Amino acid sequence: MSPVHYVALSVILFVIGAVGVLVRRNAIVVFMCIELMLNACNLAFVAFARMRGNLDGQVIAFFVMVVAAAEVVVGLAILMAVYRARRSASVDDANLLKY
Amino acid sequence: MTTLTGRALADAVHAQALTTVPATGALKLSWLLLAFPLFGAVVLLVGGRRTNRWGHLLGVAMPVAAFVYGAIAYFTLLGDTNREQDRHLYTYILVGRFQANVNLLIDPLSICFILLITGVGSLIIIYSVGYMAHDPARRKFFGYMNLFIASMLLLVLADNYLVLYVGWEGVGLASYLLIGFWQDRNSAAVAAKKAFVVNRVGDAGLTLAIFLMFSAFGTVSFTGVFHQVPSGGSGVATALGFLLLLGACGKSAQVPLQSWLLDAMEGPTPVSALIHAATMVTAGVYLLVRSNPILAVAPDARIGVAVVGTVTLLFGGIIASAKDDIKKSLAGSTMSQIGYMTLGAGLGPEGYVFAIALLLAHGFYKAGLFLGSGSVIHAMDDEQDMRRYGGLYRVMPATYVTFGLAYLAIIGIPPFSGFFTKDPIIEGDFTQHGTGGWILGICALLGAGITAFYMTRMMLMTWYGKRRWEAEAHPHESPAVMVWPMIILAIGSVGAGAFLIINDRLQNFLAPVVGVPPVSHGFVTPAGIVALVLALAAVGLAWLMYGRIPVAAVAPQGNPLVTAARKDLYGDAFNESVLMRPGQWLTRLSVYFDNRGVDGLVNTTAALIGGTSGRWRRLQNGFVRSYALSMLAGGVVLVALLLAVRL
Repeated sequence: MSPVHYVALSVILFVIGAVGVLVRRNAIVVFMCIELMLNACNLAFVAFARMRGNLDGQVIAFFVMVVAAAEVVVGLAILMAVYRARRSASVDDANLLKY
Repeated sequence: MTTLTGRALADAVHAQALTTVPATGALKLSWLLLAFPLFGAVVLLVGGRRTNRWGHLLGVAMPVAAFVYGAIAYFTLLGDTNREQDRHLYTYILVGRFQANVNLLIDPLSICFILLITGVGSLIIIYSVGYMAHDPARRKFFGYMNLFIASMLLLVLADNYLVLYVGWEGVGLASYLLIGFWQDRNSAAVAAKKAFVVNRVGDAGLTLAIFLMFSAFGTVSFTGVFHQVPSGGSGVATALGFLLLLGACGKSAQVPLQSWLLDAMEGPTPVSALIHAATMVTAGVYLLVRSNPILAVAPDARIGVAVVGTVTLLFGGIIASAKDDIKKSLAGSTMSQIGYMTLGAGLGPEGYVFAIALLLAHGFYKAGLFLGSGSVIHAMDDEQDMRRYGGLYRVMPATYVTFGLAYLAIIGIPPFSGFFTKDPIIEGDFTQHGTGGWILGICALLGAGITAFYMTRMMLMTWYGKRRWEAEAHPHESPAVMVWPMIILAIGSVGAGAFLIINDRLQNFLAPVVGVPPVSHGFVTPAGIVALVLALAAVGLAWLMYGRIPVAAVAPQGNPLVTAARKDLYGDAFNESVLMRPGQWLTRLSVYFDNRGVDGLVNTTAALIGGTSGRWRRLQNGFVRSYALSMLAGGVVLVALLLAVRL
């Protein structure tokens, strides 16, 4: 298994995540898709670190995890608040802020 | 520096450069001349209703006091060897090397005007006490009259053009207020506005002349300008001459700025008398005669002055011959007479002194005629149409006699004042070089005939013939307060000319200011005899038309010239079509350009930006997923660009 396969897997995961964000309406699913994209990036970082033989990519992967954890905390809180106010977890229903 | 032509140089030698000495003795108090009427004006106009009861008494007392002081100043000046005295009051403007002082110049020319303004002005104001007795705003009227006299005195007392301009504008303001005195009448309000606007056109000429003096000579004082103008080049002198002529045209109602004078008859009759005899219209003649050192080196401008005067004297006479309104006919007559004065000023040293002599004599007889017409109008319940008069001489004998004496004076019957003062100007035309002088002279002779015609017509229509009064008219002689001023003015009309001209009295008196006429004429000149014969013929013609046959109560059709003259020789139509309408078109064009051009450009740009941003705003649709798509698209584009650059 060469590191290139890991990169290819990372691209596939990222695309799945991106398409999920674009096509799904449920905010929870969108959220999970974002996590999927972040982890695809992590995989790519680790794979490149392995390819280049230094630790930079691995360190950044940890940073991404920390940011993702913080993001989940804030994002789920917003999601809860929106759901309480509008009785819906659909991202298309929360469209008041517009032109 | 340009060289002067031979004739101009010869004139320049004649011209007297003004040199003054500080005033001494009684002349140190010359500020009193301004203070009296100004005090009257301020008290009456600021004091309001409290002064209603005694306001007219103060209004009379102040000009009379100024006249008394003027007489004292005159005799002081007579007893003094140095007759050009300057009274420094204060420094008006001091900027760098430029200085304008408020100085009062007492010299033979200004003292003539002071006596005329305060003397005739006082008589007119005394007369107004009777004439305006029943007017609710009488106090205000006297306030304005005092303001008028004060402004006119400042105008003639100034020793530089800047202060003269202050007086000049003051006269314009006072005339506006007085012409529009009965402002509840629309016609009076319009006439006042017209007088003001037309005067502004002339004022522009004087303003530009002052600017030019400042830029060319660095000074606006009479002394400074008159000393420098002979060496300043003929171009500057000619320009100054024409600009001053424009200014004089406005104030003195000369063609082409004559149109306001006829409408100015909307004011109360004493105002007309004051405007026509003592103040206002004489200001232009004063300006020209005062500026004689400038005219001396600007022969072209002097020809312009003479031509304007000649055209106006015919113009005014023709209008006066056709008008049925007694005041409008007299207004035309004033235009014509001022035309003679302007013509006199245009003749140069030969004419200045006679222009002033005619001005002084005219002050008496025209004031007499106006006060007489006012007396008639007063008696006939404000009827001004001469076709409604007739046979009044039995009812108003005092007015009739004074009016008649003024009539004899204006048409130039010897030995009344018009004969002595007008004929030298006509004679002076013929002594000018070339055919131009003959043309001017023949026109002036014709004018003398026209004068006799319209004045005789006025006499016959007003005083003789059948009574054509309205049924309810009960004419009566005016009260003594109105009759006495007319009597004094009639005495002036009879004697002023002889007093001024015999023994060259005025000529010798004014010699330090305007020089001496190079040629001396006798009293009986060929031109004078022709003028007299023409005048008598015109009297006969007028009698044939208005005396022998009864005057029609309704004005007949008349020939085209009469129709034109009734419409002021289309002066208003000319102004309207040549100045007003193109002006309106210009403003309309400017407004259109502003709305469509300037505003259009700005508004189009704004609308373009607004519209575009309105479209772009739709991208902000509130759907998170479309934002995510655009972010993705942006990311893809960025990556693609990075790859493209790398490769």
